Amino acid sequence: MSTATPSTDETSRRDFLYVATGSVAAVGAVSVLWPLISQMNPDASTLAMASSEIDIGAIPAGQIVTVKWRGKPVFIRHRTPEEIKAAQGDDNASMPDPATDKSRVQKPEWLIVIGVCTHLGCIPLGNQGEYNGWFCPCHGSVYDTSGRIRKGPAPRNLDVPPYAFLTDTKVKIG
Amino acid sequence: MHGLSTFEPKNGAVKWLEARLPILSFAHSSFVAYPTPKNLNYWWTFGAILSFMLIAQIITGVVLTMHYTPEATLAFSSVEKIMRDVNWGWLFRYAHANGASMFFLAVYIHMFRGLYYGSYKNPREVLWILGVIIFLLMMATGFMGYVLVWGQMSFWGATVITNLFSAIPIFGNEITTWLWGGFSVDNPTLNRFFALHYLLPFVIFAVVGLHVWALHVTGQNNPDGVEIKDVEKDCVPFTPHATMKDGLGVTVFLLVYCWFIFYVPNYLGDADNYIPANPLKTPPHIVPEWYFLPYYAILRAIPDKLMGVIAMFAAIAVLAFLPWLDKSPVRSAKYRPMYKALFWAFVVVSIGLGYCGAMPAAEPYVTVSRVLSVLYFGFFALLPFLPRWEKTLPVPATIAEAVLAKSGVKAEPPKPEPVKAAPAKAPTKSTRLWK
Repeated sequence: MSTATPSTDETSRRDFLYVATGSVAAVGAVSVLWPLISQMNPDASTLAMASSEIDIGAIPAGQIVTVKWRGKPVFIRHRTPEEIKAAQGDDNASMPDPATDKSRVQKPEWLIVIGVCTHLGCIPLGNQGEYNGWFCPCHGSVYDTSGRIRKGPAPRNLDVPPYAFLTDTKVKIG
Repeated sequence: MHGLSTFEPKNGAVKWLEARLPILSFAHSSFVAYPTPKNLNYWWTFGAILSFMLIAQIITGVVLTMHYTPEATLAFSSVEKIMRDVNWGWLFRYAHANGASMFFLAVYIHMFRGLYYGSYKNPREVLWILGVIIFLLMMATGFMGYVLVWGQMSFWGATVITNLFSAIPIFGNEITTWLWGGFSVDNPTLNRFFALHYLLPFVIFAVVGLHVWALHVTGQNNPDGVEIKDVEKDCVPFTPHATMKDGLGVTVFLLVYCWFIFYVPNYLGDADNYIPANPLKTPPHIVPEWYFLPYYAILRAIPDKLMGVIAMFAAIAVLAFLPWLDKSPVRSAKYRPMYKALFWAFVVVSIGLGYCGAMPAAEPYVTVSRVLSVLYFGFFALLPFLPRWEKTLPVPATIAEAVLAKSGVKAEPPKPEPVKAAPAKAPTKSTRLWK
């Protein structure tokens, strides 16, 4: 076996081999790392449960119904005229996450929001709190009748899920 | 702190093993001949108590695993099955659940001990930081273990704690979805928490190994905070002195532990956790286990989500910087009057925060926890400036001097070398091993 000349500043074939070997090892390591991270994301069966249809014909005005969508509660609130008026009247009030009531509903009498407090994920209690919307018992966030955050530590309004009215009495969430 | 032991095996089998794996001489120099400062008090027995608790948790935990089912629809009933049907199942579950509390009680005392006597100072910074890492691992393990029961408080505690990560800007929601393996806490979350709850105690075990290693490199701190100058005068061998003292400490601690297991096994738990997890109903008052309460109070004290989460983690992380925040050359609070007062104020603040964390998120607790959070961080903020104002008391020159001063005897001044060399004494049995 011939020994390479002991040069330190010249690039040699050996340097090239070192870099090439190292690069292949790095690519190999990353390609193993990705499946290790990805396996923790939602699997196919979890993703498959992505939409649900609900009959809302039987919900009287003033009532909130909780349905389950993707493992989370969704509030379907049949709002009374007073609640709609209160929500629209506060459109210009100062709030942490300003939004008009109109931007949060498709039909004014139906408010559909994900029932998870945007603070740390508790389920707020309906028809409670200063604005008679929702009140989160965990850390005291107060939402109004449009599901907008008005007081407390939550950073965002209650999220509006993607939904569509299939008929007047049937809604598809997701 | 080694090289004091001359382990000379007489037994043939021991000699044979020594030549191949010197594990017995290692154990001998670490736990028999190891020189411990003469002046250690009972606060120094918590290292042994914690080692005992770690082993106890691993043994009871492995036993529980043999009967537990980590599946969302079966987990709660399998825990009830352990309580009602499995032979001695109630004993193992109560020992494990209360064991976690005892483990944290011991670790908090151990940490306050280090804080009081300045055990984090040069040259023990790495030892201290390893301790902070063990504490973090314990918190993760304790939290995930509590989730496995899959009661209401397990489920909603898991929801609140995992949602802390949603405060991370930009990727927050992706990270929480990744942690859950779904869109909420569910079966995939339970499964991975089970795997990690089984894994982490062994990681803790390994870091404890490093912690003890680091301890044996620098040697133990002691109540007077002066380094060992003369092993002969300042120290006693680990066995029998520390072994016996640790033994008594563990025994007394076991009495308290057993009192919880056999008389008030559910006192430290939450009644809501005997209701199976319901993803559609949040309990009116979510509280974590008592050992997380001070940090929970800090989280709730801040009205902004991201800042609250940052403050909570900072409250733990700041401990790792303690060796560089405290600039006083004197270690022990015994000789630092201002630091001593500040230390006790810090203890009161920490307990106060714990109390606020257990109370509902309403006035006056919100304001009180805000004030206490400021005081908590204030303690660490004051430390660098303390040496400017503090007049420390005279520190004894050696451990021997400190011990003798306590009994009213004046330490003899260092004797000049005797002119006539004394004939070398044959080593007596008790000193031979560690000299």
